[in-house]
Amino acid sequence: MTTPLLSVRGLSVQFVGERTAQALTDLSFELGSGEVLALLGESGCGKSVTLRALLRLHAPNRTRISGHIHVDGRDVMALEGRELQHYRGGIVAMVFQEPGLAFDPVYTVGEQIVQALRAHEGVDRATARQRALQMLERVQIPQARRRLDAYAHELSGGMRQRAMIALALACKPKLLLADEPTTALDATVQIQILLLLRELQRETGMSVIFVTHDIGAAIEVADRIAVMYAGRIVEENSTAGLVAAPRHPYSAGLLASTVSAAHRGQVLPTIRGAPPDLSALPPGCAFAARCDASDPHCVATQPALRRDGAAALACWHPLHATGTPDAEAPA
Amino acid sequence: MNESTPIALPSLVDRGGPAQPLLIIDRLRKHFAVRGSKAVVRAVDGVSFTVAKGETLGIVGESGCGKSTTARLIARLMPADAGEMVFDGDGVGQFGGMALKDYRRNLQMVFQDSLASLNPRLTALDAIAYGPQVHGLGKAAALSRAAELLVRVGLAPNQFGSRYPHELSGGQRQRVNIARALAFEPRLLILDEAVAALDKSVQAQVLNLLQALKAERGLTYLFISHDLHVVHYLADRVLVMYLGLVVEVGPVERLYAQPRHPYTRALLSAVPSMDPARRTERSPLSGDPPNLINPPSGCRFRDRCAHAHAACAAAAPVLRETAPGHWAACHLDDPSSGHPEAPARAAMAFTA
Repeated sequence: MTTPLLSVRGLSVQFVGERTAQALTDLSFELGSGEVLALLGESGCGKSVTLRALLRLHAPNRTRISGHIHVDGRDVMALEGRELQHYRGGIVAMVFQEPGLAFDPVYTVGEQIVQALRAHEGVDRATARQRALQMLERVQIPQARRRLDAYAHELSGGMRQRAMIALALACKPKLLLADEPTTALDATVQIQILLLLRELQRETGMSVIFVTHDIGAAIEVADRIAVMYAGRIVEENSTAGLVAAPRHPYSAGLLASTVSAAHRGQVLPTIRGAPPDLSALPPGCAFAARCDASDPHCVATQPALRRDGAAALACWHPLHATGTPDAEAPA
Repeated sequence: MNESTPIALPSLVDRGGPAQPLLIIDRLRKHFAVRGSKAVVRAVDGVSFTVAKGETLGIVGESGCGKSTTARLIARLMPADAGEMVFDGDGVGQFGGMALKDYRRNLQMVFQDSLASLNPRLTALDAIAYGPQVHGLGKAAALSRAAELLVRVGLAPNQFGSRYPHELSGGQRQRVNIARALAFEPRLLILDEAVAALDKSVQAQVLNLLQALKAERGLTYLFISHDLHVVHYLADRVLVMYLGLVVEVGPVERLYAQPRHPYTRALLSAVPSMDPARRTERSPLSGDPPNLINPPSGCRFRDRCAHAHAACAAAAPVLRETAPGHWAACHLDDPSSGHPEAPARAAMAFTA
C-alpha cells in the first residue's frame, strides 16, 4: 500500500464528566483508497466514537482526544474554520443509523442536498437542484422528481436511508463513514441498501468505513474487518480470513454466537459475562474476565496489537488458525 | 428453586388437556383511524391462528405487517375491533368466560425496549414483586419470590436487586423483564422482539435462558421477531404476516426448507449469506412494504411479486393447506384460482 487515504495513529478518546469513560484507547489503523473496512463490535466498544472522532464531532469541552488522524494529506486534528467545514461533507461524509433523526424535519430532502452542494461547491440553485435530482435517481429512489420536494417523514425507512446516502455522496467525498446504516431497517430493505452501497462504492472508487454489530452485514460489504472490544481493535484481517479463522477468542466467540439453524435444539454457544465498564477498565486485556484462555498474565498486562501483513492481533493466547474457539463455553 | 413457594394466588391449572389449544385467535381485526381524514390503517385485518400448549409459535414479517399490533391485541393492551380469543377453552372477556384479570395473569409480555418497559422508580426486586402484590400476594412473600426469580434469570439479588433500571445493562434489564413476566407464573409468554435490541453475545445468553425456562416451567411462547435466524432456532411453528394478514404458517423446518408463498421465499433469501465468497448479488424484493392505508386489491403482495397475474388482482387468496399443518395464502397453490402457473404447482405439491 502506498500512502493510505486515512491513517489513524494512537487515537484515544476520553469522555470527562462525573465519571471518566475511556471510550477509545490507542487506536491505530489505515485505510487505502477504494477500500471498505468494517468496524465490528458490540455496543460500547468504541466503533461509533471512532467515526465521530474522524469527523471531529465530539464536543471539545467534554472530550479529551489525543493521537493523530490524517486524511488525504490533511492533519484532521489541526483543521479549523473553513477548512474543517470543507473537510466535513466535502472530503469525508457520514451516513447515520437513524435517517429519520439525521434529516432536518423542516426542510425538504431536496433542499438539504441543494444546500450542501451550494455550500461546498458554490454552484447556483438550478444546477444544485439538477444535481440533487441526479443523486436521488442514482440511489434508485422511485419517482425522484417528486421525492425531491418531500420531507423526511413522508418517506419510508428504506427510502430515507437512500436519501441520506444521496446527501452524503452529493459532494463526492473520498471517504464515506457509515454508522450502522442498515440496523434500523427490515431484512428485505437492508439487503437492498447493502447492495446499493457496494454498487456506489465500486462506481465512485471511494473508501468506506462501515460500522456494524452485524457480522452478516459486514461480510456482505467489507474487504477487511476490524473487531473492536472495549475501545481497542483486538483483531483485524481480510473478511475471508477473519470468517474462516478468527484468532482472537472474542472474534471467535462473536462468530460462534451467531444464531443459526444448525443450533436447533441445542444450547447456543455464548460468551459469558458482559463487556467491561469503560470508566473502570482493567489494567490487562479487557476481555480476560470473559475468556477461557486467560491467565494471570492476561489480567495484568495489556497485549499490544501486533501486525503481520494484512492481519493484526492483540492477544496473549491466540487460537490456532484451525482450532475450535475456546470461548464456546455454555452459559 | 424448583420447589414452589406457598402463594396466596390460586395457581393456574391446565384445564382442557394437551389436545386443546392454549390460545385460539379467530378473525382478529384492528383498524386505526387516520387523524384528519376518513382513511383507516388496516393494521390487523382478519388474523386467525392457534397456539398449542407448550409450543413456540414464531411470528415474522417486515415492519408494519401487524405483528406487534397482533401481540398487543392478544395481551389486551388495546381493544380489538372484531374477533375472538379463546384461552384454554374459555372465551376471553366474554359473558360466562374468563375475566380479564385472570387472563392477564395467564399471559405476560416482554417487550423490545427493556428500559422503557421498566418503571424507572422501582428497583429490580420491587418491579418483579409489584404485580403479584396487586393480585393479592403479601409484600414479604412477593419479595422473596422476586429474589428467587432474580436468581433464576442469573442475577444475584444482593448485587442487582436494589438497582434501578438505569443502573443495569441492556441484557440485565431484559433478564429483569423476563423475571417480572414470570412472577405471575403465566402459561403464555408473548416475546415481542425481546432479544432484538441486545448485542449478539448477550442475545445468545438470553435465548438460552428462554429455552431453559420454557422446558422447566412448561411455558408456551409467542415469539415475535424480524430475525429469521433466531426464529429458526427457537420456534416450533412459524407464522408469516404481510400487511395485516397471515400469508403462510407451518412447521419451522418445512417452512424454511419449502416455503410456499413467494413472500416467504423472498423474506428467507434476504438474509445475508455469511460467506464472503458467495455474497448476495441480487435483492429478492424491491422497495419497501406498501402502505397499509390503501393496500393493493386482491393479493396484497402482488405489486412486489414476481408471479403476479391478473387473477391476483381479482380476488384475495385464502389460506389453503398445502401439506399437513402447512398453510399458505397464494393463488399459485389453488388450481381453481385461474392463475396460469397454479395447476403445475399444485401437481408438484402432491408429489412432494
